[in-house]
Amino acid sequence: MASHSHSDKHEHITTYKTYFIVWAVLMVLTVITVYVSYVDFGALNVVIAMGVASIKAAAVALFFMHLKFEDSITWVFALFPLGLLFLLITMTFVDTFTRVVIP
Amino acid sequence: MAEAGADQSHGHHMDPATEYSSSKLGMWLFLGTEILLFGGLFAAYAIFHARYPEMFFEQHLELNRTMGAINTCVLIFSSLTMAMGVSAIKWGKQKTAATFILITIVCGIIFGVVKYFEYSAKFEHHIYPDTSIFFSLYFLMTGLHMIHVFIGLALLAVIFVLTLKGKFNAKYNTPIELGGLYWHLVDLIWIYLFPLLYLVG
Repeated sequence: MASHSHSDKHEHITTYKTYFIVWAVLMVLTVITVYVSYVDFGALNVVIAMGVASIKAAAVALFFMHLKFEDSITWVFALFPLGLLFLLITMTFVDTFTRVVIP
Repeated sequence: MAEAGADQSHGHHMDPATEYSSSKLGMWLFLGTEILLFGGLFAAYAIFHARYPEMFFEQHLELNRTMGAINTCVLIFSSLTMAMGVSAIKWGKQKTAATFILITIVCGIIFGVVKYFEYSAKFEHHIYPDTSIFFSLYFLMTGLHMIHVFIGLALLAVIFVLTLKGKFNAKYNTPIELGGLYWHLVDLIWIYLFPLLYLVG
């Protein structure tokens, strides 16, 4: 079965060691977010919190969810909703804050 | 949902490799709809946070940061054990995989227990979903997330039993991988909920 050997050859199995490193990075980033929240950076606090959260999310998706080893169509499926989410949030913002009277 | 789809496709005339990759692609598509389901709430949060920053800041202090942080660690750890379980079954280690899935389930239950105490504390202080827009969003977002944790736990419980029964091995383990993907998404959403609700406010 040619197709079967194809799947075996491309199957990537992540080692426990890699997972532990990713986990350690996630824990360090969690500590950083909690620590930073006690320091007042004004409006930057939200930016930092969301930035760190996005790095963590990327680590989870790339390694725990194996996105790093997936083909390009999986990447399209994974990233397309993020584009829609961006549209959803920005368009709602633009709508809400450009109204003359906000109900 | 994850294992049902993969099991049913057994009867179809599809080679294992195609079945595996299309199952996974279907799962990613489903996860995309999940992101957009939460996305509506994230959009609502962003709008109201921008409109009432003082109120959000004041009221987010009511939340228990310690409990939130503990739950974050519990969930990230459960993601680690879940990922290790997927690797274990791909190496053909059924017992090890089952153990990792069980640890993941236990972590999910711990998360639920902590959340139960958090909600109880809020109710004791007479804080309900109709208290304010902030708490409305807090209960809605964490509640919807909690429902996902419960669904994930139910899926993992089925997968755990099937793993113990020896249904999965190095060649066929799609349900474990898809269950894992779902569980990681639950973790991923919490990664955003924790700073948004507990830390930044």
